[in-house]
Amino acid sequence: MRREVHAEWTKLRTVAGPGWLLGALVALTVAAGAVAAAVVPCAAAGCGQDAARISLVGVQLGQAMVALLAVLAICGEYSTGMIRTSLTAMPRRATALAAKAVVVGGLTLAAGTVAVLGSVLAGRLLLPGSGFTPAHGYPPLSLADGPVLRAAVGSVLYLVLISLLSLGLATAVRDSAAAAGVVLGLLYVFPLAVLMVSDEEVRQVLWTISPTNAGLAVQATKDLADLPIGPWAGLGVLAAWAAAALAGSGLLLRLRDA
Amino acid sequence: MTAVTPYRSGARTGRDGFAQLLRAEWIKLRTVRGWMLGLALAALLIVGLGVLFATGSRSSCMNGPIEVPCPAPLIGPGGVAVEDRFYFVHQPLDGDGSITVRVSSMTGQLRKPDVTPGVRNVVSGVTPWAKAGVMIKQSVRQGTSYAALMVTGSHGVHMQYDFTEDVAGRPGGVSAASPRWLRLTRTGNTITGEESSDGSHWTTVGTVRPAGLAGKVQIGLFAASPGDLTVSPNVMFGAATASRFAEVTAVMDQVGVRGVAAGGAWSRDDIGVTMEPDGVTPHHPGGLTRSGGTFRVTGVGDIAPSAEGMPVERVLAGVLAGLVAMMVVAVMFVTAEYRRGLIRTTLLASPRRGRVLAAKAVVIAAATFAAGLAAVATTVPVGRSILAANGNMLAPVATLTSLRVIVGTAALLAVAAVFALAVGALFRRSAMAVIAVIVAILVPYVLATASILPDEVSRWLLRLTPAAGFAIQQSMPTYAHMTARHAPAEGYFPLPPWVGLAVLCAYAALALALAAYRLRRSDV
Repeated sequence: MRREVHAEWTKLRTVAGPGWLLGALVALTVAAGAVAAAVVPCAAAGCGQDAARISLVGVQLGQAMVALLAVLAICGEYSTGMIRTSLTAMPRRATALAAKAVVVGGLTLAAGTVAVLGSVLAGRLLLPGSGFTPAHGYPPLSLADGPVLRAAVGSVLYLVLISLLSLGLATAVRDSAAAAGVVLGLLYVFPLAVLMVSDEEVRQVLWTISPTNAGLAVQATKDLADLPIGPWAGLGVLAAWAAAALAGSGLLLRLRDA
Repeated sequence: MTAVTPYRSGARTGRDGFAQLLRAEWIKLRTVRGWMLGLALAALLIVGLGVLFATGSRSSCMNGPIEVPCPAPLIGPGGVAVEDRFYFVHQPLDGDGSITVRVSSMTGQLRKPDVTPGVRNVVSGVTPWAKAGVMIKQSVRQGTSYAALMVTGSHGVHMQYDFTEDVAGRPGGVSAASPRWLRLTRTGNTITGEESSDGSHWTTVGTVRPAGLAGKVQIGLFAASPGDLTVSPNVMFGAATASRFAEVTAVMDQVGVRGVAAGGAWSRDDIGVTMEPDGVTPHHPGGLTRSGGTFRVTGVGDIAPSAEGMPVERVLAGVLAGLVAMMVVAVMFVTAEYRRGLIRTTLLASPRRGRVLAAKAVVIAAATFAAGLAAVATTVPVGRSILAANGNMLAPVATLTSLRVIVGTAALLAVAAVFALAVGALFRRSAMAVIAVIVAILVPYVLATASILPDEVSRWLLRLTPAAGFAIQQSMPTYAHMTARHAPAEGYFPLPPWVGLAVLCAYAALALALAAYRLRRSDV
């Protein structure tokens, strides 16, 4: 496995795309979080907003970059024919996919940590200016606070799981454009479709199984009782999606010709 | 030495007009099975998700504990759904006449969210669009034509007629120290509204001719107060709106009526009041207390367009999924040429590169428009009939508006596909192009409509980004005088429909221009 990981790391390191994408992940996440922290107002005590969630809203934009990184990591090989060389060199296909998952997930973990820490810092500096002051019941955002730490760590893990889910789906779809469409459809269109369901019970169920909605439940630091699923359980739903996608695509990779 | 004649093909030279180019591009699109499947999948997603949404939406109305069929929406003179509930103190008027009144106070009570569960939390106050003043109405039947001049809770004097029309007068509220005089005059079919602060110097607010106000009408005093609207953050869906009971009481005196029968008595009607389950007790009644020439009129309800009922675009839930599929096909339509090297053949056959891009744009626009139009034109009538069969209240919609939503949505899909094609030609890499167009169109739409951001930021997103194009789907106009949350999350866009689509067109044109520049300037 070590050699496979090394090979995948070399492949990803020596093209220009991933570096730019990880940079874009950090920049977009922090920028969107900072803008949200600067513009969302909290006029009076009990304005009902979730301060941690506001400063981490950039994750919803940053996840597109994570998805693109994962899609390019595998579909790039299919479009250039490199996949045949890779699989000749690494005949144990499941291990090859696992190695790719380790590298993509590891890069996302590193860049995601920077992005989330930057967002929390931006929130800490900018939120008081929008009225999130101790007088209104909002102490400065701090990682020493249990729920905030959970939101921050959970957001990083969320990005990692999104990268694994995207990698799994992209391995199954193979074509980069179609894979990007499928992944982003799942990430962005599914939650919107959930909003349009009028039946309350069906909506709750769909919300609970949606990878984005359930996964982002981990960002909640208040009113946890109103969520249909707990923070860690929500992340568990996304983990189940990622595991299913990876396992399914691992099987497909073994069964199909490259 | 023998002279060698160079080879010449016997075939006639082909023409290379734009029509030939279009045909070539159409053949390329048509013969790739995956792309045609992609377009068919997009159409299926639009129809399938729309029908699924319609099938899953059921509603029934309760009258106390008893389930009753939902009432049909009340239709106003202009054909839109309206709310018509207020307290009316009136006399019949046949021919010309006028009514003058002095409004000296507006007070009321609002129900706020309960602080202690189960205990009604009622405070004093008036809602912004609480209204009281004078009115001429066709009859006491709900939904008939009217013209009214009123003092409002916090928008000053307004003249409104036939529910949808609204003319603003001077701002400012009323008090005993600074009362407001209102006068409504009928001359033939023309109604004139005037206001004054002292009863002798009058300014005209508006002169209107409502279609239904001919012959015998009712003239008098009225009061109404729409519910108190509160928007609270909701962890699951961003925000929840609630409208709670509110009533207003206006004190009016110096009442002068001209044109009515001498010594005519005032009749009173609580227009549109609903009954408690027992069938005799009115639910939240209005009322009149009269002492000499002073009328204290209390009213509940609103006289305005209604937000009740599902608008026509609600069955188009699948358009977003279809849009993604169509954009993927559009991106591939150009990036596949780069991946396979076909672009070199294409440009060899047609060296004028700008025209190739134009032909590609025309072909993808036509194909996505046709597929989108077929899907949307099926979904709207089918979805609406399923919704109606499931007991849902549908907002009435004019044929032209419905047509605009259908054709506009197909155009939205086509323009988005051209935008995707241009971005694909610009990047030459499919994954990057797909992510770029989705981040440009879908992400702002998701952020704006999922109530994640404050309403004002959401509005700016839908003005400045390509997501503005979704405005073409809004079938219910935004009436400023209607008490509702006019936010993108509720389907109200900041730009008018065609302007929104024009923003998306501008982005597509810009991307197309950049792509043409790159295609002409750099090697393939």
